[in-house]
Amino acid sequence: MTMAGLSDMTLEELAANFEALGDWEARFGYLIDLGRELPPMAAEDKSDAYRVHGCQAQVWMKFIPRPTANGLGEPVMDIAADSDAFIVKGLIAVLLMLYSGKTAAAILRIDGVQSLARLQLAEHLSPTRKNGLGAMLKRIRELATAQAAACTY
Amino acid sequence: MSAPAAQPQSTCLAESVRADFPALAQRINGHPLVYFDNAATTQKPRAVIEAISHHYEHNNANVHRGVHTLGNRATTAYEGARDRVATFLNARSREEIIFTRGTTESLNLVAATWGAAHLRAGDVIVLTQMEHHSNLVPWQMLARRTGAALRFLPVHGDEGLLDLSGLDAALRGARLLAFTHISNALGTINPVAELCAHARAAGVVSVVDAAQSAGHMPLDVRALDCDFLAFSGHKTCGPTGIGALYARRELLEAMPPYQGGGEMISRVTFEGAEYNEPPHKFEAGTPNIAGAVGLHAALDYLDGLGRARIHTQVQDVTTYACERLREFPGVRLFGPQGERGGLVSFVLPDVHALDLATMADQQGVAIRVGHHCTQPLHDKLGVPATARASFYFYNTRAEVDRFVTVLRRVIQMIKGTP
Ligand SMILES: Cc1ncc(COP(=O)(O)O)c(C=O)c1O
Repeated sequence: MTMAGLSDMTLEELAANFEALGDWEARFGYLIDLGRELPPMAAEDKSDAYRVHGCQAQVWMKFIPRPTANGLGEPVMDIAADSDAFIVKGLIAVLLMLYSGKTAAAILRIDGVQSLARLQLAEHLSPTRKNGLGAMLKRIRELATAQAAACTY
Repeated sequence: MSAPAAQPQSTCLAESVRADFPALAQRINGHPLVYFDNAATTQKPRAVIEAISHHYEHNNANVHRGVHTLGNRATTAYEGARDRVATFLNARSREEIIFTRGTTESLNLVAATWGAAHLRAGDVIVLTQMEHHSNLVPWQMLARRTGAALRFLPVHGDEGLLDLSGLDAALRGARLLAFTHISNALGTINPVAELCAHARAAGVVSVVDAAQSAGHMPLDVRALDCDFLAFSGHKTCGPTGIGALYARRELLEAMPPYQGGGEMISRVTFEGAEYNEPPHKFEAGTPNIAGAVGLHAALDYLDGLGRARIHTQVQDVTTYACERLREFPGVRLFGPQGERGGLVSFVLPDVHALDLATMADQQGVAIRVGHHCTQPLHDKLGVPATARASFYFYNTRAEVDRFVTVLRRVIQMIKGTP
């Protein structure tokens, strides 16, 4: 695939890529490919402690705080997540693009639903369907809120 | 019984009725809708939709109260629907039919009223391992309230047949046996009459969850000899928000009321109330009048086609779907090999049911994913989620063929082959 890989893509590029893909098959194929590129989650993290409920597939998600290079300022959050369904893995890849590597405060400023609506995906995969998108957005906010509370000093 | 007329070709039934269902004529995502989620709810024939509109346009008023013409029409329609449900189930009397919101409320009503009056700490409720959460959680709640215990009849393997070897032992000393007629996850058809007979012999009250059977086969509460039977209108071509509980008269008389309010009383003072007679005693507040009217039309519609014919048609499509699904290497089909309810749950190797259902929807095919409200059963089977295709008499073999073609394409996409 000639399109940019997961790690270095912005949501704008992703939106453009989805736009360029004409039909649902191409879009879902692309989403599944994004899911395949998802970094694997440690097997021991796929436990009840990190389980996200509210999806018809199994989903796990965890924040891994990473101190900034100079040790000053708030840590950024790397998000580790996985699912047993490919479409959900693809959705996770999209969410990581939007949220991962940002501070908790920055994460809380993002309007996930609105950002995702810009992708041509919205008509196929809305958060009201039981595909985990709504549950994952909620969990991201919860984890970020907990981190933000822990980080106030 | 007179000799049955020759069965018309089963697809003829489906084809002759399809025009009655406006929702089935739609295109979804550019494709003709293939609606295979009938175990969740069925589509509605025009006769039902029109009966509801007609009620609101001509007969709308509250029931049992007005002396005026519309009030009288509404009451006649509502009580006429009760008569219709009574004949649909072959109840001995119309008083044995209580209108509810559906199966779930019917079962909760039994748990709340019969349960409160009769269950004590140490009593035993017998269930099966294949129960829908609606026929499990109310009994768990009742057990917690009263200190009663739950006992489960086991289910065998992927075939999903009930193990009846320990039935009499399980019933010994028990007060209540509640079980599903047809499993919504496995398609198993349980031997209702046999289970009820054993319960009666042991002095145990029987409760039948007929959510999946009422719209699919003839039901006769006298022949089944059950004490309670619950079903939902929306799974029998009727509207949502209406269903019924059949309750044997002798049991009804001794049951305390369910909810308090209007309709359920005969006389109220500031200090207390005298309760109305059954069934009104169990129907507090303004009921779902239009729902009852719609249900009446739905039951007329089903009996117009004939429930035995419906069963035959659904069997044909279900058997065919099972055959076609077996073409997929490694597929795991749940449920009995022989006669089964109109559904099939399955898992495919390396393909999650959610991926299947999401992409099938892109091609107009509606199937269900998940544990189908039978989470303990899925835990036992060791599958977190299955895909389920469920059929009704308007579905055809040609739709099954399209479903299979769609599945093939989805699997190719997931496996990354062009
Ligand atoms: C076997 C069974 N029992 C109970 C129910 C609950 O029915 P309702 O949601 O209409 O109350 C269902 C519906 O899914 C069912 O399939």
